[in-house]
This record gives sequence, C-alpha cells and structure tokens, in this order.
Amino acid sequence: MIRQRAAMEILNREFLEIRCKVLELAAAFDRLERGSGGFDDDPRWRKVGEAIDVLRDDRGDRAERVQLIFSRPYAPQWRDEFALDRPE
Amino acid sequence: MYYFDPHIHMVSRTTDDYETLAKMGCVAMSEPAFWAGFDRGSVESFRDYFRQLTDFEPRRAAQYGVQHYTWLCINAKEAENVSLSREVIAMIPEFLDKPNVLGIGEIGLNKNTRNESRVFLEHLDLAARFRQQILIHTPHLEDKYQGTRMILDMLIGDSRIERSRVLVDHVEEHTVRTVLEEGFWAGMTLYPVTKCTPQRAADIIETYGPERLMVNSAGDWGPSKPTAVPDFILEMRRRGHPESLIRKIVYDNPLEFFSQSASFRFTAPELRGHS
Repeated sequence: MIRQRAAMEILNREFLEIRCKVLELAAAFDRLERGSGGFDDDPRWRKVGEAIDVLRDDRGDRAERVQLIFSRPYAPQWRDEFALDRPE
Repeated sequence: MYYFDPHIHMVSRTTDDYETLAKMGCVAMSEPAFWAGFDRGSVESFRDYFRQLTDFEPRRAAQYGVQHYTWLCINAKEAENVSLSREVIAMIPEFLDKPNVLGIGEIGLNKNTRNESRVFLEHLDLAARFRQQILIHTPHLEDKYQGTRMILDMLIGDSRIERSRVLVDHVEEHTVRTVLEEGFWAGMTLYPVTKCTPQRAADIIETYGPERLMVNSAGDWGPSKPTAVPDFILEMRRRGHPESLIRKIVYDNPLEFFSQSASFRFTAPELRGHS
C-alpha cells in the first residue's frame, strides 16, 4: 500500500507552484484578450473553458477528465468502418 | 540508485549523454526503432538503421558500462507507405537473432488511420509468428485516447498475443487504467510538454500502485530530457516514498518485463567483474 501524504503537507510544498501556474494562465488569458480579433468560437478555446470548469468541481479524477476533454472520441465499431477484415 | 531507461532513442543523442546517464545510475536501456524526422525512402535505409541499433549503439553504450537493448519495426508515421512497410516487416527477421534485440517495437498508431492499423496488425502477426515481445507507441495529444483504445482492440483481438509480454507506452491519466486492467504493462514517458511530467507520473503511481508500471525518458532528437528518469526518482523521494518502491518502478519492473525476452542477458552492476 502506498503511503498517502497529508493534504496540508502537499499544500505547503506545492502552494507556490500552484500559484505560479494559475498566474501563468491568467497572464495567457490577458494576452489573448489584448490580441486583435475574436477567438470565442474557436473549439480549442471552448475546451479550455470546459477544462477550467472541471478544476473547480469536487468530483475527483480531474486530470483524467481534463485529458478526455482534449481527446478525440473513441468509437468501438472503428474496425467495421475501416473494413480491415476485408481483403484489399 | 541504479535504473533502466526502458525507452530512449540514443541514435539521436551524443556520446556525452551516455556518459551523463551512466553517472546518474543508468545501467541499461532499451531503444525502440522510430521515426528519423523524415520518411525513409527504401528498405535499405531501414537495414542500415537496424545495423546501427544492433551493432554500433550497443558498443557505444558499453564504453560507459550501459547495457543497450533494442526493438525493431517501421514506425507508424511511415505506415502510410504500406508497400515499404511490408518490405521492412519482411526484412526484420534477419535481425531477430542479434544479441540485443528484445522484440518488435515501437509499433502503434499516429493519426489512427486505416493504413496505420493495417501495418500494426501485420507487425502483430510478425511478433506472434516469431514469439517476440512487443513495445507499443500510443499516439500524441488529442489522438491518444482513441488510438490507445484501437490498439487495445487489435491486441485483444489476436489470441496469440500474450498480454504479459506487451508494454503499452506513453500512457497518461486517461489511458493507464484500461491498459493495466487488460493485463498489459504500461510505460509513462516523461516529456517536457506533450506527455507526462515526473510529478504526474508519481501521481499515477500513487493512484494505481507500482505493478506493471515503468517510467522512461523517450529522449530523442526533439524537445526531450534523457535524464528524466532521475527527475522522477527525485520527485518520489521528495514525497517520502521508500527506496524499495522507487527501485521497483525504475529497476525491478523493467528487469522483470525484459527478462521474458529470449535475448535478454543482463548482468547486474553488483555482479560485474565477477566470473
């Protein structure tokens, strides 16, 4: 069984890194806003918004759920679509 | 701490890197065949590349006391050229008896296309016919989840494939669970931006435990860090994890996995110099 550290121990060690990452995001968003032209309709930007919503909820597995937001969907019937079992 | 780097592309690195890795405790490494940064034009290019992997690199590594192993294939990025892929697959058996060849790899998908899938299946057939271990490349970024699931479908669909002899590499938070649940080994690649950081790899170990998990640098000609495995070791130590747990991930697990290959002849550093 792997020892899990106390949450306060983790926060003490990682607070400055978390603060730094939040600031980097804030500055990047400001940079985007200063740029000319719009980007609100860009699907990548919408995914960034969805990912940030995940950070703020309390459902756990955030890293996995953020990864899935930025992933193409998997369709179990892909083999039929590719007709891999048929001769060339 | 002694460690293995189970996935690193030393043909793209300098001899200085061998020296640095040796100083940091790297005692063995495995080098899968991969993309050169451009599409090669003929089967002879691959024959020369495989000579480099099976002859030149092990000698270069040995100068620093590092034991070098390798895997052979045509990379998924070049699989759109199906006829060349088939020529390469037909030529690979010439090299399977070389003393440092562990198996077929890194085979996989890149953009999850039909041709990539077809060439992947033909690599699987080669591995099964010659009873070779397999090292799998899973795609990058938005293609990873879909591609990993497709790869698992193909592996599971071939009853000749022994899951305990397959390493599925570049897993991240959204792919590791399925790979482990299906009975395969999983590798986490410590890349600066596009894959897993040492911190996230340590998180995955804390979540899933150390069984059938490894970490690697996948150091190559692009942005990558050949000393990433020691970064992971340091992160685990900073979190207070015991040396035995860290050693299991960076030394015992690769040793256990590679030992399934008939060609694997590893001498532990403690035993060197003893007859």
